[in-house]
Amino acid sequence: MNEYRVALRNVGKIDPASIDDYIRAGGYKALEKARSMDQEAIISEIERSGRLRGRGGAGFSTGFKWRGAYNAPGDYKYIICNADEGEPGTYKDRIILEHDPHTLLEGMLICAYAVGAQEAIIYCRAEYPEVIRLLKHSIAAAEENGLTGTVKMSVHSGAGAYVCGEETALLNSLEGKRGEPRLKPPYPTIAGYRGKPTVVNNVETFSAVSSIIEKGAQWYSSLGSPKYTGTKIFTLSGDVENPTYVEVPSVVTLRQLIFQFGGGIKGGKKLKAVQIGGNSGVFLTEDQLDTPMDFESVSELGAALGSGSLMVLSEDRSMLDVVIANLEFSLEESCGKCVPCREGTMRLSKILKRIAAGEGRKKDLNTLQELGNHMKLAAFCPLGQSAAVPVLSALEKFPKDFPIQEV
Amino acid sequence: MKSYREIAENGKENGSSLLDIFHDIQDHYGYLPEDSITEIAHVLDMTPAEVYEAATFYSYLSLEPVGRHIIRVCHSAPCHIAGMDTVLAKLEELLGIRMGETTPDKRFTLQYTGCVGQCSAAPVITIDRTVYQVLHPDQLINILDQYE
Repeated sequence: MNEYRVALRNVGKIDPASIDDYIRAGGYKALEKARSMDQEAIISEIERSGRLRGRGGAGFSTGFKWRGAYNAPGDYKYIICNADEGEPGTYKDRIILEHDPHTLLEGMLICAYAVGAQEAIIYCRAEYPEVIRLLKHSIAAAEENGLTGTVKMSVHSGAGAYVCGEETALLNSLEGKRGEPRLKPPYPTIAGYRGKPTVVNNVETFSAVSSIIEKGAQWYSSLGSPKYTGTKIFTLSGDVENPTYVEVPSVVTLRQLIFQFGGGIKGGKKLKAVQIGGNSGVFLTEDQLDTPMDFESVSELGAALGSGSLMVLSEDRSMLDVVIANLEFSLEESCGKCVPCREGTMRLSKILKRIAAGEGRKKDLNTLQELGNHMKLAAFCPLGQSAAVPVLSALEKFPKDFPIQEV
Repeated sequence: MKSYREIAENGKENGSSLLDIFHDIQDHYGYLPEDSITEIAHVLDMTPAEVYEAATFYSYLSLEPVGRHIIRVCHSAPCHIAGMDTVLAKLEELLGIRMGETTPDKRFTLQYTGCVGQCSAAPVITIDRTVYQVLHPDQLINILDQYE
């Protein structure tokens, strides 16, 4: 398997602060081409690109969102880039933003033209202050070069809240409210930012757009798996020799990612598990290493590809210790809006810590399962719905890591 | 020093979000003083309660005075398994404070943060805008010395 860079094509090759460098590398040609096309033709191209699916984690069809906002009645529409990358183990958007901000801006401007939006906004997390500076500088450069046209572009900062990666929580945050998720429907394409039709896409998704417009849907859909076409960026962390990022066609296997690109398990140890998709991910094991890392194949394992993060765990790790860390994070980041998440993460965490202290009882294991399943069903947003997933996954695959007193 | 009202009015003129204005106030004053909440509310035509409830939601915003430098300790699993516990224990020992507290000389405040997106180089802490990667507890004393 060879690396194949689409979103990352300019990384390390151009000066990120220089719009001239980006233009010399062929930048903003796709925008020019797009603006000579019919709006619907652009949306069709994105749809035909094998239904470019969102790279933020949910895998929703990008063309469907664009069409929804395009068709939505309204005289004022927004394009929003979700640059609130907060998923533990994930740093793909940071790499794009730090090395090639104009790729994102170009993708957003194409989208703004296609759906007829007047404003394009980037919501960037406060944890990336230098990225916010670079984006402001890059927007000013794009304006000076007459590339933004009639579209008003801006960057706004988050303030440290993981839940704002959820698109409706992000919209609330941008509106100056608490970053709590909204009830859907209405979906943002109908009533999003300030109640107007809004497209919200992830950094990696927007960063694939200019290449698709330039080279065509057919080229993009020839890459990767038929159901999840194109390339995906994966980020490795944990017990791997070379914890790196890599963009590859989505037919790549988990084994290739860990052993070919990651150089194998640190210190020549054996693999115990890989947590896929972030803090609320399932643990995959040795027997699942040959799974292609496209959205569908991973879903068939009962897991979620999510953001493409892979936290590798070697044989000497305690899964109890790992899931306590997962739950501590979810507990801290739960927004408190709904009871199943707010109380559930706290209870799960307490029970897990009790087991770790050697005071676990048999009924604790049942409670973990019961509570975890309730949270899946009853929590308001994906944070709470998935918070118990790692606990349930570890209980199923590594029951010995949860020692209890036989009472 | 710019007044709260000036900062809020500038922000409103430049199309800043409420969070952007909070950051501007914090850049000037270190935290969000109570009077700044009412001033922002006045300028943005919001109620003080609306501004206050937003301000209390976000971990990067503080309604209490903080130290001159904020040390943020990553609270996510990749940093945990890379040994963050020993890094945090050493930080608490060197600073003589616990997580969430500020040193008596107002030099440092110690806080948790969500993932800072540097997971290839865990464990990671940040001090103000600077990221420190692949930290070993023994490095901390020299790092802290760089801050007045």
